[in-house]
Amino acid sequence: MSKPKAPDQLDFEQAFEELQALVRQLEQGELPLEDSLRLFERGQALAVRCNQLLDKAQLRLRKLAPDESGGYLEEDFQPEAE
Amino acid sequence: MLRRVSQLAMLGLQDRIWTPGELNRHVRQLLEGDYRLQDLWVAGEIANLSQPASGHLYFSLTDGSANLRCVIWRSEAEGLPRLPRDGEAVEVHGHLSVYEAGGQYQLYADRIRLAGEGELFQEFMRLKQKLEGEGLFDPERKRPLPRWPKRVGVVTSPTGAALRDVLNVLSRRYPLVEVVLSPTPVQGEAAPAAIAQALAALEACDVVLLVRGGGSMEDLWAFNTEQVVRAVAASRAPVVSGIGHETDVILADFAADRRAPTPSAAAELATPDRQDLAVEIGKLTRGLSRAWQGRRQVLHQRLGEARAALATLAPQARLAGARQRLDELAGRTALSLRHRLSLRRASVGALVQTLHAIGPLQVLGRGYALVRLSADQALVRSVGQVSPGAGLQVQVSDGSFSAQATAVPAETSEG
Repeated sequence: MSKPKAPDQLDFEQAFEELQALVRQLEQGELPLEDSLRLFERGQALAVRCNQLLDKAQLRLRKLAPDESGGYLEEDFQPEAE
Repeated sequence: MLRRVSQLAMLGLQDRIWTPGELNRHVRQLLEGDYRLQDLWVAGEIANLSQPASGHLYFSLTDGSANLRCVIWRSEAEGLPRLPRDGEAVEVHGHLSVYEAGGQYQLYADRIRLAGEGELFQEFMRLKQKLEGEGLFDPERKRPLPRWPKRVGVVTSPTGAALRDVLNVLSRRYPLVEVVLSPTPVQGEAAPAAIAQALAALEACDVVLLVRGGGSMEDLWAFNTEQVVRAVAASRAPVVSGIGHETDVILADFAADRRAPTPSAAAELATPDRQDLAVEIGKLTRGLSRAWQGRRQVLHQRLGEARAALATLAPQARLAGARQRLDELAGRTALSLRHRLSLRRASVGALVQTLHAIGPLQVLGRGYALVRLSADQALVRSVGQVSPGAGLQVQVSDGSFSAQATAVPAETSEG
């Protein structure tokens, strides 16, 4: 198994799915104390990461605009005020 | 004056004088007697639509210069697939009669359809059959939507309410996504080609929302064109359509991977809800703590058992027991001293072997170690026994090694 990434390097999907897998493993596994503790601590960090991402996320808005060569460019855009 | 006229009438010297009620009834009978007026279609634009609490629908049909009053009774109105709207060009079926109390003649309507709907419907069915025949609407073609979309394409008008609705839903539910708007007009002659192009222009999206707010059948017509339907089917990313209202049936819906009744619903279908996710994370966190506590308890218990086993198997205890037994044996039999000693030696040897087999070694196999002071082989149970630089013997499951204490904390009180 490769070395796990630091939780703050993970996107929501990765953090959430690892958290799910890890809880299953801890519930079912006959792991030695040291490994159990490691899973527990990582799980807590993953949960914090997930909540952080959910709380802080801001929709990013992009818009396609035709470029000169017949393709498209992406640019930021603001929806018109209501 | 009034009296004189009616007196004359009574005398039969004047033409008949009507009351408004009599006249209205008469006109009503005239109208109702003309079979051409009892089963007719009238085309016009809807104006001044109202539906009071009674549930009846009142409106005027207008051709720009003339108006015709119309009413649809509640029982008929409830049977309509949807309510008509002001400004819609429609064809209305019904019969003409007079509202006697108001002195108004009006069309009592029982059916209403969008102008040209008959023709459009034919075209719709022809195209639907053709594309269906090609397998464009097959269920096997439908792709699953990703659970965790990162980039969401939106094909719609940059100024429409549909875009606003979609953005509101996405910021509320799952603001982790990047939205890529591929702007296009959604009605008018240029719309079909523009929509198809806007769909094709989106790249590297996990899911695409094809949305447009409600409108008349003509307004939505671009989404019934072959060009748009084919572009939906050809999209690289799965498409969720949310076009018009719940009741609108649109060909692009058939080709989409998922169909939503409205633009907002399309955005909901395509994303998880962060409130659900927060609840789920809470559950996982509690599960994590529970599993960890459980695991700790089990290991604690095993440690306790191992300690107890160590205590009962401690050499002193065993030897004391053995000595007593030997004494008894010695008392009962006349064994020579030599015999007694050799018996004792053998006994001790067996005990030591038992110790090795069932005692600490099993515990050591789980990763625990026994630490003794090199100086006197005393088992280290407290930091107080160890002074800096002291030599240690560390016994693990498959042997022992020497070590030296480098740092020893200041003496702590036992707790």
